[in-house]
Amino acid sequence: MATRNIMIVGVGGQGTLLTSRILGGLAMDAGFDVKLSEVHGMAQRGGSVVTYVRYGEEVAEPIVEEGCADVIIAFERLEAMRYAHFLKKGGALVVNDQRIDPMPVVIGAAQYPDNILEKLGEEFTVYAVDAMEEAKKLGNAKTFNIIVLGVAARHMEFSKEQWMRVIERTVPPKTVELNKKAFEVGYALDR
Amino acid sequence: MSEKAVMLGNEAFARGAYEAGVKVSAAYPGTPSTEISENLVKYEGVYAEWSPNEKVAMEVASGASISGVRAMASMKHVGVNVAADPLYTMSYIGATGGLVLVAADDPGMYSSQNEQDTRMIGRAAGVPVLEPSDSQEAKDFMIFAFDLSEKYDTPVIVRSTTRLSHSQGVVELGERREVEDKPYVKNIGKHVMMPAKAIPRHVHVEKRNQALIADGCSFPINRVEMRDTSMGVITSGIPYQYVREALPQASVLKLGIVNPLPRKLIEEFAAQVDTLYIVEELEPVIEEQVRSWGISCIGKEIFTIQGEYSAELLRRAVLHESTETKAPADVPVRPPILCPGCPHRSVFTVMKKLKLHAAGDIGCYTLGAVAPLEVIDTTICMGASISSLHGMEKARGKEYIKDWVAVIGDSTFLHTGVNALMNMVYNQGTGTVVILDNSTTGMTGHQDHAATGKMLNGQPTYAIDLKKLCEAMGVRHVTEVNAFDIDRLEQVLKEETARDEVSVIITKSPCVLLDKGRKPHHIVHTDLCKKCGMCLKPGCPAIGRNADGTVHIDETLCTGCGLCESLCKFHAIEKAGD
Repeated sequence: MATRNIMIVGVGGQGTLLTSRILGGLAMDAGFDVKLSEVHGMAQRGGSVVTYVRYGEEVAEPIVEEGCADVIIAFERLEAMRYAHFLKKGGALVVNDQRIDPMPVVIGAAQYPDNILEKLGEEFTVYAVDAMEEAKKLGNAKTFNIIVLGVAARHMEFSKEQWMRVIERTVPPKTVELNKKAFEVGYALDR
Repeated sequence: MSEKAVMLGNEAFARGAYEAGVKVSAAYPGTPSTEISENLVKYEGVYAEWSPNEKVAMEVASGASISGVRAMASMKHVGVNVAADPLYTMSYIGATGGLVLVAADDPGMYSSQNEQDTRMIGRAAGVPVLEPSDSQEAKDFMIFAFDLSEKYDTPVIVRSTTRLSHSQGVVELGERREVEDKPYVKNIGKHVMMPAKAIPRHVHVEKRNQALIADGCSFPINRVEMRDTSMGVITSGIPYQYVREALPQASVLKLGIVNPLPRKLIEEFAAQVDTLYIVEELEPVIEEQVRSWGISCIGKEIFTIQGEYSAELLRRAVLHESTETKAPADVPVRPPILCPGCPHRSVFTVMKKLKLHAAGDIGCYTLGAVAPLEVIDTTICMGASISSLHGMEKARGKEYIKDWVAVIGDSTFLHTGVNALMNMVYNQGTGTVVILDNSTTGMTGHQDHAATGKMLNGQPTYAIDLKKLCEAMGVRHVTEVNAFDIDRLEQVLKEETARDEVSVIITKSPCVLLDKGRKPHHIVHTDLCKKCGMCLKPGCPAIGRNADGTVHIDETLCTGCGLCESLCKFHAIEKAGD
């Protein structure tokens, strides 16, 4: 199998680290070599953050190169747009339909682009989900990232049971049931 | 089959130390090294602490080593500067129990003020430096480092980089080795570094270095991978992974020890390949030495001293290949910002109103330098706010700094700010120091320190009283203010900057990310909103302007800090439910 390249992008504080941990466990359980690369420190304070996940027979480089990503999981629209060019031809772009204004927009020095999903849809295969809305229905807005992961799971080779096993042992014990439910929601949402 | 786990590089360093039988660890948090201690403290049989700074941490580890147990310190690259004093002399003293320093460099400056190369410090101190290239090696090299330290009577630096420390990979777990404590032997010739004793120890350092140059050639942490001999690459650490990805046919000498260099091994490898490349991030440490031995090679003339490498960079530089990729979309940048509800935002808003300049320091509050707050004028290193403001005053007189303050966090103040304040008092400065006390080490992810009342292992402990500490140093005017009480803060800032004497203002409010019990969020009564924009001035990400000029508050981001409510003269903003 060719090495699979996954990227998780979003805004610092959105929980990209937990999501990448789940993906890492999943790949290891399936017997793959796996490498992940994350951002900690200053960028985590509301900056643009990206996590790379690579798995396959043998993985050397821990980062994904431009034009090589099989799946990009974007927790925010603008971040989806920022990293979309990393996607390879035929790759899947899973986008949480949420807007968080970056500081240049907040202070009026820049405009938040309009119609991001439509524009991305012209070039890429986009799967959009309003995960925040779905998470609120579940009664906990924090589960939105697991819902997005549920959508992305449809575009990866692991079975639902494999996903559930890893979620069980990765999320905080008290939140296992809630997160499993959130994953189900995302998994069922996809077209 | 042995147990496997996916581990962060930093988790693997901790695991390796544990398996190597380490008993004492000391550190000061700093990205990208922080998680080493946070993981180490979870293991039984290991004492791990946060020390107030890296010099203290290195000395704690040194004492533990002298007493005969395996000990370590961990820190970011700039922390090694702070720890340089004990490190350089511990090179002479050597190690009784294995002594290892994990130093994490930050090529690309993801979270640092410079991108210095720790290998240079290893060279200068005469201390061996090992460099792993993935999580498995991070664990394995730690075990090797402790053995090496005891065998050669030397501290050992294990060098990491951000990409290694913060990448995860599969690690095979092993058992902890029970290493017996060495009996203490009083030996002033080895342990008391006064001139008469240090002179022969310097000879030891030189002999040790020569021995390592020779013995290093057969260390199992170096690896020769002969493939096509038309191209040979000498590399180490994370760049090895980029070499494998970009140049899979090239022969590779992967160095595990990068100081001192195993000269014979390198010479033999160089003789077998037609063209030799040296691939190393940051300084040309290997390259310059290899060239000095009369070996021709290609290095920094096609690569770069700056930033991180990648397979893509190697393909471009070596093979002149560039992959056809789509251009990135032209979208607004998203720099890091102060969080919604951050008490620093409140303090900076008042300082901006008063048109104050601030000598800044290292922490989240460095973000007060950029728009829209733009209060911070300088940032050098940990503790430098207070001392550099003092320097300005001594250069230009006390009137010159009447519209200046020094701004420093609580953890940074205890790190090296205390000495600077001592100096300001002693040398009769008149500066105003603002300690932004958010009860934690914020930027690195909330580590405790000597004034929080909790240790690394979570146990309660004494909490240093910052006010009393300042008073004990002779500061007569120390005022504590709630960071969100902007009227009082404004008044205190005016009074204290006008004063011809050193004063300290402690703004108190815990980091918003520590505050688990969320307050009700705020709402806008758009009918009362006069579109004046006062509430937008602090640059809170939770507030935005509507198309008609009024404002809205994002309830998922708002933490209910109330800063915008305090700034609104028209009572258009209030707590939801009021």
